[in-house]
Amino acid sequence: MPTFFEEKELVTPGDLLAEGEYMAGENTYRENGKIFAARIGLVEYENRRVRVVALRGFYVPRVGDTVIGIVVEVGFNGWEIDINAPYVATLRASDVLERGYRPQKDNLLSILDIGDLIVAKIASYDRGSNPRLTINEPGLGKVSRGQLIKVTPTKIPRIIGRKGSMISMIKRETNCRITLGQNGLILISGRKPEDEQLAIMAILKIEEESHTSGLTDRITKMLKKEKEARKNVQT
Amino acid sequence: MSKPEKLLDKKGLRLDGRKLDELRPIKMEVGILANADGSAYLEQGRNKVLAAVYGPKEVHPKHLALPDRAILRCRYHMAPFSVEERKSPAPSRREIELSKVIRDALEPAVFLEYYPRTSIDIFIEILQADGGTRCAGITTAALALADAGIPMRDLVVACAAGKADGKLILDLMDLEDKYGEADVPLAMMPGINAVTLLQMDGSLTLEEFEKAIEMAMEGCRKIYEVQKEALKAKYVTVKEETEE
Amino acid sequence: MISSIVSKVKQKRIAQLVAKGKRLDGRALTEYREIKIEPSIIERAEGSAQVHIGKTQVLVGVKIETGEPFSDIPDQGVLTVNAELVPLASPTFEPGPPNEDAIELARIVDRGIRESKAIALEELCIQPGKKVFIVFVDVYVLNHDGNLIDASALAALTALVNTKMFNYEMKNDEIVKKPGYKPLPVRNYPVAVTFAKINDKLVVDPWLEEEHVMDARLTITTDKDGKICSIQKGGSGYFTTQQILEAAKIAKEKAAELRKLVVKT
Repeated sequence: MPTFFEEKELVTPGDLLAEGEYMAGENTYRENGKIFAARIGLVEYENRRVRVVALRGFYVPRVGDTVIGIVVEVGFNGWEIDINAPYVATLRASDVLERGYRPQKDNLLSILDIGDLIVAKIASYDRGSNPRLTINEPGLGKVSRGQLIKVTPTKIPRIIGRKGSMISMIKRETNCRITLGQNGLILISGRKPEDEQLAIMAILKIEEESHTSGLTDRITKMLKKEKEARKNVQT
Repeated sequence: MSKPEKLLDKKGLRLDGRKLDELRPIKMEVGILANADGSAYLEQGRNKVLAAVYGPKEVHPKHLALPDRAILRCRYHMAPFSVEERKSPAPSRREIELSKVIRDALEPAVFLEYYPRTSIDIFIEILQADGGTRCAGITTAALALADAGIPMRDLVVACAAGKADGKLILDLMDLEDKYGEADVPLAMMPGINAVTLLQMDGSLTLEEFEKAIEMAMEGCRKIYEVQKEALKAKYVTVKEETEE
Repeated sequence: MISSIVSKVKQKRIAQLVAKGKRLDGRALTEYREIKIEPSIIERAEGSAQVHIGKTQVLVGVKIETGEPFSDIPDQGVLTVNAELVPLASPTFEPGPPNEDAIELARIVDRGIRESKAIALEELCIQPGKKVFIVFVDVYVLNHDGNLIDASALAALTALVNTKMFNYEMKNDEIVKKPGYKPLPVRNYPVAVTFAKINDKLVVDPWLEEEHVMDARLTITTDKDGKICSIQKGGSGYFTTQQILEAAKIAKEKAAELRKLVVKT
């Protein structure tokens, strides 16, 4: 049963990846017994499963994902939140107000207004309706400070690293609190804007080089170098 | 511009020195616009084409949304300064027709059924035109779709064949299109050998037409290789730089 | 895909920094983003130029046609400026005829060129009352990241300075082209400088998010002698006289800097 590329080789839409008894994993599709790539990315063959780790993609909501979003509309029963996905998400007033929503008495605008940032979880989502969010869990809710950056959502696992090694290292080196949304939005909050800039630099570098090896070492080195350079400027 | 006396010289070469089955020099670049979700730029001979994709996103107005798939919208448009005589920026009937056939050429490649109730908007701007802009537009738009991370069956690539001074030629430029005997633009998904755009104007025998289609498809396959390289280019350079 | 709404957190941050004389991208209050100018990029047009200011990208094409003059100025060529906010430049641009933003942009660029008499229109007459040259300046915005006015004006100026017209002679009342080209007669070099008012301070060259936060904008166009030839206030806020005069002074200086990028004197 032939495969046509090396492991982790760069493939483009339409490339024939395998022929025969293979299963079409993510970012591939099957037609006439052949498996083709559907997105640009790195191909991976695992047992009988072919998949492509996409280098270009957008976020498709999944129940349970932590996402960061911005309020774009305040309605009668809740809010509409842009979560950087093809679909606008909704947050119901009943999710936020535990004892039930009273339209006459509760002013939704005073809780969340257009332009507010929130960290939320996807509570439900299916093909027929837009994703529904919840902020009714510890660690979720309105964001009051920090810088927001956007990366390709498929790179989030790389930014987290194996067992969280990459992201823990960045947090340590930059002294920043970092919240990663599965939707590609990342919130960085540090004591000083310079610290935040450092974290942003590291994350954007990972995004650009996510398809290469030896990344963790290079990022660690880069952060240490930058910090040295800043210390020298100050003294 | 007035009609040239001949489109082929004594040696059988074309007005720009090309052989009958030779493509114009072509280069492409991906991801050149900051705001668009996906974008690409292409130069083919004197054609300069820019394409951008926004989406998938919620459809406005809402009544246009389809419950089971995304809608694909396409706008082919020429800049006023792209042609010899300044063209009004208002869409002409030709641009409206081309917008439609280009959409029909790209739609078979996109997995629209993955994103119900959304729209994928494609914008093609011709910045400089010299014949074959609908084909160049399709090739550029396909790259922009892939750059936007929209899942596709294959890239779509397009090329035109035709006839000038009695001979079949590949990749017509403006003068050949205007004063030649036939023009056959064709778009395809080379991986699955599927033709998604086919038009023809002029006069050809059945045999000539068959040969013209073969020529156009050969041209498409060559351009397809350039498309793939353009899509991979950014990642290849980054990989090389980091491995030094 | 993220909407164009700027989060409140960011808006607050931008305003706070400006009050302290700083900007989110590290620029000084009167500093421009990185500017890249590419002249004659569309070789088939009579003139053209592409300008990047930061990530804002504008392409201008100049076409020269012949036509009838205006009846009240029968011995002068005609200048007409049009701007297209093409949908590929921003998720907020819709296809269709120019809206008020596109029209305002075109008219501001036009005013700078016309009032400074940048083009010697009197040299573009072929047959008084019957035939003159028409200069079409088409502004094509390709990526909107704020301050379209300055980028468009700079691209228009560069395009005009690099515009070539064909040589011709009159034969039996018909225009016959002769070999060779001559430059479009450009006598002045207007440059637009746009300010945004944020937290009662003036910042030069607002980028997109600063534009979302600003309460008003002021564009001042000066010519090669530092004379003001056109002004436009936009947005629903207001300026004090002091701010306007301060802006005029800064505009003159910044315009001189930008002018050097286009015209090597």
